[in-house]
Amino acid sequence: MSTQYELNKNLAQMLKGGVIMDVTNAEQAKIAEEAGAVAVMALERVPADIRKQGGVARMSDPKLIKEIKKAVSIPVMAKCRIGHFVEAQILEALDIDYIDESEVLTPADDQYHIDKKSFKIPFVCGARDLGEALRRINEGASMIRTKGEAGTGDIIQAVRHMRTMTSQIRKLKAMTKEERILFSKELGAPLNLVEQVAELGKLPVVNFAAGGVATPADAALMMQLGSDGVFVGSGIFKSKDPIKRAKAIVKAVTYFNDPKVLAEVSEDLGEAMVGINCDEINISYEKRGW
Amino acid sequence: MKINIGILGLQGAIIEHQKMLEKIKDVKVYIVKRKEDLDKIQGLILPGGESTTIGKLIKDFNLKDPLIDKIKNGMIVWGTCAGMILLAKKISNDSKVHLGVMDIIVKRNAYGSQLNSFSTNIVIPEVSNKAIPVVFIRAPYIEKIGKNVEALYKINDKIVAAKQDNMIVTSFHPELTNDISFHKYFVKEIKRKIR
Repeated sequence: MSTQYELNKNLAQMLKGGVIMDVTNAEQAKIAEEAGAVAVMALERVPADIRKQGGVARMSDPKLIKEIKKAVSIPVMAKCRIGHFVEAQILEALDIDYIDESEVLTPADDQYHIDKKSFKIPFVCGARDLGEALRRINEGASMIRTKGEAGTGDIIQAVRHMRTMTSQIRKLKAMTKEERILFSKELGAPLNLVEQVAELGKLPVVNFAAGGVATPADAALMMQLGSDGVFVGSGIFKSKDPIKRAKAIVKAVTYFNDPKVLAEVSEDLGEAMVGINCDEINISYEKRGW
Repeated sequence: MKINIGILGLQGAIIEHQKMLEKIKDVKVYIVKRKEDLDKIQGLILPGGESTTIGKLIKDFNLKDPLIDKIKNGMIVWGTCAGMILLAKKISNDSKVHLGVMDIIVKRNAYGSQLNSFSTNIVIPEVSNKAIPVVFIRAPYIEKIGKNVEALYKINDKIVAAKQDNMIVTSFHPELTNDISFHKYFVKEIKRKIR
Protein backbone atom coordinates (compact mmCIF):
# COMPACT_ATOMS: atom_id res chain seq x y z
CA MET A 1 0.00 0.00 0.00
CA SER A 2 1.49 3.34 -0.98
CA THR A 3 2.18 6.13 1.47
CA GLN A 4 0.11 8.52 -0.59
CA TYR A 5 -2.90 6.20 -0.34
CA GLU A 6 -2.49 6.10 3.44
CA LEU A 7 -2.28 9.91 3.56
CA ASN A 8 -5.41 10.13 1.43
CA LYS A 9 -7.31 7.82 3.77
CA ASN A 10 -5.98 9.92 6.65
CA LEU A 11 -7.44 13.15 5.26
CA ALA A 12 -10.85 11.46 5.15
CA GLN A 13 -10.38 10.52 8.82
CA MET A 14 -9.96 14.22 9.65
CA LEU A 15 -13.34 14.93 8.04
CA LYS A 16 -15.19 12.48 10.28
CA GLY A 17 -18.08 13.81 12.30
CA GLY A 18 -18.37 16.65 9.83
CA VAL A 19 -20.57 17.96 7.06
CA ILE A 20 -19.39 18.43 3.47
CA MET A 21 -21.53 20.94 1.60
CA ASP A 22 -22.22 21.44 -2.11
CA VAL A 23 -21.50 25.01 -3.18
CA THR A 24 -21.80 26.65 -6.59
CA ASN A 25 -19.86 29.88 -6.04
CA ALA A 26 -17.33 31.57 -3.76
CA GLU A 27 -20.03 33.30 -1.75
CA GLN A 28 -21.78 30.03 -0.92
CA ALA A 29 -18.42 28.47 -0.10
CA LYS A 30 -17.81 31.19 2.48
CA ILE A 31 -21.26 30.66 3.97
CA ALA A 32 -20.57 26.93 4.22
CA GLU A 33 -17.22 27.50 5.93
CA GLU A 34 -18.74 30.03 8.29
CA ALA A 35 -21.50 27.57 9.16
CA GLY A 36 -18.92 24.96 10.14
CA ALA A 37 -18.58 22.71 7.06
CA VAL A 38 -15.46 20.50 7.14
CA ALA A 39 -15.11 20.73 3.36
CA VAL A 40 -16.96 22.06 0.34
CA MET A 41 -17.86 20.36 -2.91
CA ALA A 42 -17.41 22.82 -5.76
CA LEU A 43 -19.88 22.39 -8.60
CA GLU A 44 -21.76 24.42 -11.20
CA ARG A 45 -25.23 23.12 -10.44
CA VAL A 46 -26.49 21.34 -7.35
CA PRO A 47 -28.04 17.92 -8.08
CA ALA A 48 -31.61 19.24 -7.75
CA ASP A 49 -30.93 21.65 -10.63
CA ILE A 50 -29.16 19.03 -12.72
CA ARG A 51 -32.25 16.89 -12.26
CA LYS A 52 -34.59 19.71 -13.22
CA GLN A 53 -32.62 21.03 -16.20
CA GLY A 54 -31.51 17.70 -17.61
CA GLY A 55 -28.85 17.48 -20.33
CA VAL A 56 -25.28 16.31 -19.84
CA ALA A 57 -23.73 17.20 -16.51
CA ARG A 58 -19.93 17.55 -16.58
CA MET A 59 -16.98 18.60 -14.44
CA SER A 60 -17.20 22.26 -13.37
CA ASP A 61 -15.31 25.10 -15.03
CA PRO A 62 -11.79 25.27 -13.52
CA LYS A 63 -12.30 29.01 -13.05
CA LEU A 64 -15.18 28.36 -10.67
CA ILE A 65 -13.20 25.76 -8.77
CA LYS A 66 -10.23 28.13 -8.43
CA GLU A 67 -12.48 30.92 -7.14
CA ILE A 68 -13.98 28.61 -4.55
CA LYS A 69 -10.55 27.34 -3.55
CA LYS A 70 -9.40 30.90 -3.05
CA ALA A 71 -12.43 31.80 -0.95
CA VAL A 72 -12.04 29.18 1.79
CA SER A 73 -9.40 27.57 4.01
CA ILE A 74 -11.16 24.21 4.40
CA PRO A 75 -10.60 21.34 1.94
CA VAL A 76 -12.14 21.72 -1.52
CA MET A 77 -13.57 18.77 -3.41
CA ALA A 78 -14.91 18.64 -6.96
CA LYS A 79 -16.77 16.10 -9.07
CA CYS A 80 -15.77 14.37 -12.27
CA ARG A 81 -17.84 11.98 -14.36
CA ILE A 82 -17.65 8.24 -13.79
CA GLY A 83 -14.82 6.90 -15.93
CA HIS A 84 -13.71 10.35 -17.15
CA PHE A 85 -10.07 10.13 -16.18
CA VAL A 86 -9.12 13.27 -18.06
CA GLU A 87 -11.53 15.36 -16.02
CA ALA A 88 -9.81 13.79 -13.02
CA GLN A 89 -6.39 14.74 -14.39
CA ILE A 90 -7.58 18.33 -14.76
CA LEU A 91 -8.94 18.42 -11.22
CA GLU A 92 -5.66 17.03 -9.91
CA ALA A 93 -3.78 19.73 -11.80
CA LEU A 94 -5.96 22.33 -10.06
CA ASP A 95 -4.47 21.08 -6.78
CA ILE A 96 -7.79 20.56 -5.01
CA ASP A 97 -8.01 18.22 -2.02
CA TYR A 98 -10.42 15.45 -3.08
CA ILE A 99 -12.15 14.26 -6.26
CA ASP A 100 -15.65 12.79 -6.21
CA GLU A 101 -16.09 10.35 -9.12
CA SER A 102 -19.79 10.97 -9.06
CA GLU A 103 -22.94 9.36 -10.41
CA VAL A 104 -24.59 12.79 -10.14
CA LEU A 105 -22.76 13.79 -13.32
CA THR A 106 -23.50 12.00 -16.58
CA PRO A 107 -21.26 8.91 -16.80
CA ALA A 108 -18.52 8.99 -19.44
CA ASP A 109 -17.90 5.25 -19.47
CA ASP A 110 -20.48 2.50 -19.04
CA GLN A 111 -17.95 -0.21 -18.15
CA TYR A 112 -14.96 1.23 -16.37
CA HIS A 113 -14.50 3.53 -13.44
CA ILE A 114 -11.33 5.62 -13.21
CA ASP A 115 -8.15 3.76 -12.28
CA LYS A 116 -7.78 5.83 -9.14
CA LYS A 117 -4.56 4.11 -8.10
CA SER A 118 -2.76 5.89 -10.91
CA PHE A 119 -3.50 9.26 -9.27
CA LYS A 120 -1.86 10.99 -6.33
CA ILE A 121 -4.99 12.94 -5.40
CA PRO A 122 -7.61 11.19 -3.23
CA PHE A 123 -10.99 10.02 -4.55
CA VAL A 124 -14.35 9.52 -2.89
CA CYS A 125 -16.89 7.30 -4.65
CA GLY A 126 -20.53 6.42 -4.14
CA ALA A 127 -21.73 2.91 -3.32
CA ARG A 128 -25.05 1.18 -2.74
CA ASP A 129 -23.71 -1.94 -1.11
CA LEU A 130 -20.56 -3.60 0.14
CA GLY A 131 -19.62 -5.07 -3.23
CA GLU A 132 -19.73 -1.71 -4.95
CA ALA A 133 -17.80 -0.07 -2.10
CA LEU A 134 -15.04 -2.67 -2.30
CA ARG A 135 -14.81 -2.45 -6.08
CA ARG A 136 -14.25 1.28 -5.74
CA ILE A 137 -11.69 0.80 -2.96
CA ASN A 138 -9.93 -1.77 -5.12
CA GLU A 139 -9.69 0.86 -7.86
CA GLY A 140 -8.10 3.24 -5.35
CA ALA A 141 -10.93 5.16 -3.66
CA SER A 142 -9.78 6.34 -0.22
CA MET A 143 -13.25 7.32 0.97
CA ILE A 144 -16.75 5.95 0.33
CA ARG A 145 -20.17 7.55 0.56
CA THR A 146 -23.63 6.13 0.07
CA LYS A 147 -25.11 7.14 -3.24
CA GLY A 148 -28.54 7.82 -1.85
CA GLU A 149 -30.58 9.62 -4.48
CA ALA A 150 -29.03 13.03 -5.03
CA GLY A 151 -31.18 16.07 -5.69
CA THR A 152 -34.37 14.61 -4.28
CA GLY A 153 -34.30 15.56 -0.61
CA ASP A 154 -35.66 12.05 -0.04
CA ILE A 155 -33.54 10.10 2.44
CA ILE A 156 -34.86 6.62 1.69
CA GLN A 157 -32.07 5.50 -0.67
CA ALA A 158 -29.26 6.70 1.58
CA VAL A 159 -30.85 4.76 4.44
CA ARG A 160 -31.20 1.70 2.25
CA HIS A 161 -27.56 1.88 1.11
CA MET A 162 -26.16 2.39 4.60
CA ARG A 163 -28.29 -0.38 6.07
CA THR A 164 -27.34 -2.72 3.23
CA MET A 165 -23.64 -2.11 3.82
CA THR A 166 -23.77 -2.54 7.58
CA SER A 167 -25.92 -5.64 7.36
CA GLN A 168 -23.57 -7.22 4.79
CA ILE A 169 -20.59 -6.43 7.01
CA ARG A 170 -22.34 -7.97 10.00
CA LYS A 171 -23.06 -11.16 8.08
CA LEU A 172 -19.53 -11.27 6.72
CA LYS A 173 -18.05 -11.11 10.21
CA ALA A 174 -19.84 -14.32 11.18
CA MET A 175 -18.78 -16.24 8.07
CA THR A 176 -16.25 -19.04 7.83
CA LYS A 177 -13.31 -18.76 5.49
CA GLU A 178 -15.04 -20.81 2.79
CA GLU A 179 -18.21 -18.79 3.07
CA ARG A 180 -16.22 -15.61 2.61
CA ILE A 181 -14.86 -16.87 -0.70
CA LEU A 182 -18.37 -17.50 -1.94
CA PHE A 183 -19.55 -14.16 -0.58
CA SER A 184 -16.73 -12.34 -2.35
CA LYS A 185 -17.98 -13.86 -5.64
CA GLU A 186 -21.54 -12.83 -4.88
CA LEU A 187 -20.41 -9.29 -4.08
CA GLY A 188 -18.20 -9.07 -7.14
CA ALA A 189 -15.44 -7.81 -4.85
CA PRO A 190 -11.83 -8.93 -4.42
CA LEU A 191 -11.33 -11.57 -1.73
CA ASN A 192 -8.45 -9.75 -0.02
CA LEU A 193 -10.68 -6.74 0.65
CA VAL A 194 -13.55 -8.98 1.78
CA GLU A 195 -11.15 -10.63 4.25
CA GLN A 196 -9.98 -7.23 5.44
CA VAL A 197 -13.54 -6.07 6.10
CA ALA A 198 -14.28 -9.31 7.98
CA GLU A 199 -11.28 -8.66 10.22
CA LEU A 200 -11.87 -4.94 10.78
CA GLY A 201 -15.63 -5.28 11.13
CA LYS A 202 -15.97 -2.18 8.97
CA LEU A 203 -14.84 -0.71 5.67
CA PRO A 204 -11.10 -0.02 5.52
CA VAL A 205 -11.88 3.61 4.63
CA VAL A 206 -14.14 6.33 6.02
CA ASN A 207 -17.79 5.98 4.97
CA PHE A 208 -20.03 9.05 4.71
CA ALA A 209 -23.74 9.38 3.94
CA ALA A 210 -24.89 11.25 0.85
CA GLY A 211 -27.87 11.71 -1.41
CA GLY A 212 -31.13 13.05 -0.03
CA VAL A 213 -30.09 14.69 3.25
CA ALA A 214 -32.34 17.74 3.71
CA THR A 215 -32.85 18.23 7.45
CA PRO A 216 -30.82 18.01 10.69
CA ALA A 217 -32.91 14.94 11.53
CA ASP A 218 -31.90 13.29 8.24
CA ALA A 219 -28.24 13.94 9.02
CA ALA A 220 -28.54 12.56 12.56
CA LEU A 221 -30.45 9.54 11.24
CA MET A 222 -27.55 8.68 8.95
CA MET A 223 -25.07 9.17 11.80
CA GLN A 224 -27.07 6.87 14.08
CA LEU A 225 -27.08 4.30 11.28
CA GLY A 226 -23.28 4.33 11.40
CA SER A 227 -22.12 7.00 8.93
CA ASP A 228 -18.81 8.68 9.68
CA GLY A 229 -20.11 12.03 8.43
CA VAL A 230 -22.53 13.57 5.96
CA PHE A 231 -22.55 15.18 2.52
CA VAL A 232 -25.34 17.68 1.93
CA GLY A 233 -25.94 18.59 -1.68
CA SER A 234 -29.03 20.49 -2.67
CA GLY A 235 -30.41 20.37 0.88
CA ILE A 236 -28.76 23.57 2.03
CA PHE A 237 -28.72 26.10 -0.77
CA LYS A 238 -32.11 25.00 -2.12
CA SER A 239 -33.75 25.72 1.22
CA LYS A 240 -35.30 28.97 2.42
CA ASP A 241 -32.58 29.89 4.92
CA PRO A 242 -29.30 28.23 3.91
CA ILE A 243 -27.13 29.72 6.68
CA LYS A 244 -29.44 28.65 9.46
CA ARG A 245 -29.99 25.20 7.99
CA ALA A 246 -26.27 24.66 7.35
CA LYS A 247 -25.42 25.51 10.96
CA ALA A 248 -28.20 23.28 12.23
CA ILE A 249 -27.02 20.29 10.20
CA VAL A 250 -23.44 20.76 11.46
CA LYS A 251 -24.69 20.69 15.05
CA ALA A 252 -26.95 17.73 14.37
CA VAL A 253 -24.00 15.69 13.08
CA THR A 254 -21.94 16.39 16.21
CA TYR A 255 -24.79 15.77 18.67
CA PHE A 256 -26.52 13.09 16.58
CA ASN A 257 -27.27 11.06 19.70
CA ASP A 258 -28.82 13.88 21.68
CA PRO A 259 -32.52 14.35 20.80
CA LYS A 260 -32.70 17.52 22.92
CA VAL A 261 -30.04 19.24 20.85
CA LEU A 262 -31.66 17.88 17.68
CA ALA A 263 -35.02 19.35 18.72
CA GLU A 264 -33.41 22.67 19.42
CA VAL A 265 -31.53 22.93 16.13
CA SER A 266 -34.51 21.71 14.08
CA GLU A 267 -36.66 24.59 15.24
CA ASP A 268 -37.76 27.35 12.90
CA LEU A 269 -35.44 26.57 9.98
CA GLY A 270 -37.86 27.84 7.34
CA GLU A 271 -38.82 25.72 4.39
CA ALA A 272 -36.67 22.74 3.49
CA MET A 273 -35.87 22.08 -0.17
CA VAL A 274 -39.06 21.10 -1.93
CA GLY A 275 -37.99 17.56 -2.63
CA ILE A 276 -39.14 14.85 -4.95
CA ASN A 277 -40.30 11.43 -3.90
CA CYS A 278 -37.77 8.83 -5.15
CA ASP A 279 -40.65 6.82 -6.64
CA GLU A 280 -41.61 9.73 -8.88
CA ILE A 281 -38.27 10.45 -10.56
CA ASN A 282 -37.39 9.62 -14.16
CA ILE A 283 -33.65 9.15 -13.81
CA SER A 284 -32.25 7.31 -10.87
CA TYR A 285 -28.61 8.39 -10.33
CA GLU A 286 -27.99 5.59 -7.86
CA LYS A 287 -28.14 3.07 -10.72
CA ARG A 288 -25.12 4.70 -12.37
CA GLY A 289 -21.83 2.97 -11.51
CA TRP A 290 -20.80 -0.58 -12.22
CA MET B 1 -3.28 5.22 39.86
CA LYS B 2 -5.98 5.51 37.22
CA ILE B 3 -5.84 8.59 35.01
CA ASN B 4 -8.85 10.05 33.25
CA ILE B 5 -8.11 11.54 29.87
CA GLY B 6 -10.63 13.34 27.72
CA ILE B 7 -10.72 13.72 23.96
CA LEU B 8 -12.66 16.69 22.67
CA GLY B 9 -15.36 14.81 20.76
CA LEU B 10 -16.93 17.40 18.49
CA GLN B 11 -15.43 16.58 15.10
CA GLY B 12 -12.40 14.88 13.59
CA ALA B 13 -10.15 11.90 14.31
CA ILE B 14 -11.47 11.13 17.79
CA ILE B 15 -11.62 7.35 17.89
CA GLU B 16 -8.04 7.17 16.57
CA HIS B 17 -6.77 8.89 19.74
CA GLN B 18 -9.07 6.77 21.87
CA LYS B 19 -7.64 3.54 20.45
CA MET B 20 -4.09 4.69 21.18
CA LEU B 21 -4.88 5.73 24.76
CA GLU B 22 -6.67 2.47 25.45
CA LYS B 23 -3.43 0.62 24.75
CA ILE B 24 -1.86 2.36 27.74
CA LYS B 25 -2.26 0.95 31.24
CA ASP B 26 -4.27 2.82 33.87
CA VAL B 27 -5.89 5.21 31.42
CA LYS B 28 -9.62 5.75 31.20
CA VAL B 29 -10.87 7.66 28.17
CA TYR B 30 -13.75 10.12 28.12
CA ILE B 31 -15.20 11.71 25.00
CA VAL B 32 -15.83 15.34 25.92
CA LYS B 33 -18.92 16.87 24.34
CA ARG B 34 -20.18 19.15 27.10
CA LYS B 35 -18.69 21.23 29.84
CA GLU B 36 -19.64 18.82 32.66
CA ASP B 37 -17.38 16.22 31.02
CA LEU B 38 -14.40 18.46 31.76
CA ASP B 39 -14.78 17.92 35.51
CA LYS B 40 -13.93 14.23 35.25
CA ILE B 41 -10.61 14.51 33.46
CA GLN B 42 -6.98 15.30 34.27
CA GLY B 43 -5.78 15.70 30.72
CA LEU B 44 -7.37 16.55 27.39
CA ILE B 45 -6.55 15.90 23.74
CA LEU B 46 -7.76 18.36 21.14
CA PRO B 47 -7.79 16.10 18.07
CA GLY B 48 -7.21 16.77 14.40
CA GLY B 49 -10.14 17.76 12.25
CA GLU B 50 -11.20 21.11 10.83
CA SER B 51 -10.28 23.90 13.22
CA THR B 52 -12.96 26.24 11.83
CA THR B 53 -15.62 23.60 12.54
CA ILE B 54 -14.39 22.63 16.00
CA GLY B 55 -13.80 26.29 16.88
CA LYS B 56 -17.40 27.12 16.02
CA LEU B 57 -18.80 24.18 17.95
CA ILE B 58 -16.87 24.97 21.17
CA LYS B 59 -18.37 28.43 21.03
CA ASP B 60 -21.93 27.38 20.17
CA PHE B 61 -22.05 24.72 22.86
CA ASN B 62 -20.52 26.90 25.60
CA LEU B 63 -17.30 24.95 25.89
CA LYS B 64 -14.94 27.79 25.07
CA ASP B 65 -14.75 29.59 28.41
CA PRO B 66 -14.72 26.42 30.54
CA LEU B 67 -11.90 25.08 28.35
CA ILE B 68 -9.85 28.26 28.66
CA ASP B 69 -10.48 28.26 32.39
CA LYS B 70 -9.39 24.63 32.85
CA ILE B 71 -6.28 25.06 30.75
CA LYS B 72 -5.29 28.27 32.55
CA ASN B 73 -5.71 26.37 35.80
CA GLY B 74 -3.22 23.75 34.74
CA MET B 75 -5.14 20.98 32.98
CA ILE B 76 -2.67 19.17 30.72
CA VAL B 77 -3.70 19.54 27.13
CA TRP B 78 -2.32 18.23 23.84
CA GLY B 79 -3.44 19.69 20.54
CA THR B 80 -2.76 17.74 17.36
CA CYS B 81 -2.98 19.67 14.08
CA ALA B 82 -6.37 21.44 14.36
CA GLY B 83 -5.85 21.24 18.13
CA MET B 84 -2.68 23.30 17.75
CA ILE B 85 -4.64 25.94 15.85
CA LEU B 86 -7.31 26.01 18.57
CA LEU B 87 -4.72 26.67 21.29
CA ALA B 88 -2.68 29.31 19.45
CA LYS B 89 -2.92 32.95 20.48
CA LYS B 90 -2.66 33.96 16.84
CA ILE B 91 -3.10 32.43 13.39
CA SER B 92 -0.97 34.24 10.82
CA ASN B 93 -3.21 33.55 7.83
CA ASP B 94 -6.60 33.73 9.54
CA SER B 95 -8.13 36.48 11.64
CA LYS B 96 -9.82 34.04 13.99
CA VAL B 97 -8.53 33.12 17.45
CA HIS B 98 -10.16 30.17 19.18
CA LEU B 99 -8.89 29.41 22.68
CA GLY B 100 -5.88 31.70 22.35
CA VAL B 101 -4.10 30.33 25.42
CA MET B 102 -0.71 29.37 24.01
CA ASP B 103 1.98 31.86 23.08
CA ILE B 104 2.52 30.65 19.52
CA ILE B 105 1.79 32.05 16.08
CA VAL B 106 0.58 29.31 13.79
CA LYS B 107 0.15 29.13 10.03
CA ARG B 108 -2.80 27.04 8.84
CA ASN B 109 -2.47 24.61 5.89
CA ALA B 110 1.13 25.74 5.90
CA TYR B 111 2.30 23.05 3.49
CA GLY B 112 -0.50 23.54 0.94
CA SER B 113 -3.25 21.23 -0.24
CA GLN B 114 -3.66 17.47 0.22
CA LEU B 115 -1.10 16.77 -2.51
CA ASN B 116 1.52 18.20 -0.14
CA SER B 117 0.57 16.02 2.84
CA PHE B 118 3.43 13.76 3.91
CA SER B 119 4.74 11.34 6.51
CA THR B 120 8.21 10.81 7.95
CA ASN B 121 10.12 9.38 10.93
CA ILE B 122 11.65 11.68 13.51
CA VAL B 123 13.41 11.48 16.87
CA ILE B 124 11.99 13.91 19.42
CA PRO B 125 14.37 13.62 22.40
CA GLU B 126 11.75 14.96 24.85
CA VAL B 127 9.38 12.15 23.84
CA SER B 128 11.49 9.11 23.04
CA ASN B 129 15.02 8.33 21.91
CA LYS B 130 13.63 6.14 19.17
CA ALA B 131 12.38 7.43 15.84
CA ILE B 132 8.60 7.71 15.69
CA PRO B 133 6.46 7.86 12.56
CA VAL B 134 4.57 11.12 12.12
CA VAL B 135 1.89 12.07 9.62
CA PHE B 136 1.21 15.60 8.36
CA ILE B 137 -2.24 16.12 6.81
CA ARG B 138 -2.81 19.64 5.42
CA ALA B 139 -0.78 20.51 8.45
CA PRO B 140 -0.05 23.79 10.20
CA TYR B 141 3.34 24.78 11.58
CA ILE B 142 4.48 27.29 14.18
CA GLU B 143 6.00 30.47 12.83
CA LYS B 144 6.89 32.10 16.11
CA ILE B 145 7.00 31.16 19.78
CA GLY B 146 6.93 33.26 22.95
CA LYS B 147 9.72 33.13 25.52
CA ASN B 148 7.97 30.57 27.71
CA VAL B 149 7.51 28.14 24.85
CA GLU B 150 9.96 25.37 24.12
CA ALA B 151 10.31 24.10 20.56
CA LEU B 152 10.41 20.30 20.69
CA TYR B 153 11.06 19.64 17.02
CA LYS B 154 11.70 21.49 13.79
CA ILE B 155 11.47 20.37 10.18
CA ASN B 156 13.23 22.68 7.70
CA ASP B 157 13.42 25.36 10.39
CA LYS B 158 9.68 25.24 11.02
CA ILE B 159 8.51 24.24 14.48
CA VAL B 160 6.18 21.24 14.33
CA ALA B 161 6.09 20.32 18.04
CA ALA B 162 6.22 22.61 21.07
CA LYS B 163 5.45 22.84 24.75
CA GLN B 164 4.47 25.62 27.12
CA ASP B 165 3.86 24.63 30.76
CA ASN B 166 0.80 22.35 30.65
CA MET B 167 0.26 22.69 26.88
CA ILE B 168 1.74 20.45 24.19
CA VAL B 169 1.13 20.91 20.47
CA THR B 170 2.05 18.92 17.38
CA SER B 171 1.49 19.70 13.70
CA PHE B 172 1.43 15.97 13.06
CA HIS B 173 -0.75 13.02 13.98
CA PRO B 174 0.83 10.23 16.05
CA GLU B 175 -2.69 8.77 16.37
CA LEU B 176 -2.67 7.80 12.68
CA THR B 177 0.27 5.46 13.18
CA ASN B 178 0.80 2.30 15.26
CA ASP B 179 3.38 3.92 17.53
CA ILE B 180 2.08 4.90 20.96
CA SER B 181 5.26 6.71 22.12
CA PHE B 182 3.73 10.18 21.98
CA HIS B 183 0.59 9.10 23.80
CA LYS B 184 2.75 7.46 26.46
CA TYR B 185 4.70 10.68 26.80
CA PHE B 186 1.43 12.62 27.22
CA VAL B 187 0.26 10.22 29.94
CA LYS B 188 3.64 10.53 31.67
CA GLU B 189 3.36 14.32 31.59
CA ILE B 190 -0.07 14.15 33.22
CA LYS B 191 1.21 11.80 35.92
CA ARG B 192 4.17 14.10 36.58
CA LYS B 193 2.02 17.21 36.87
CA ILE B 194 -0.79 15.84 39.01
CA ARG B 195 1.38 14.06 41.51
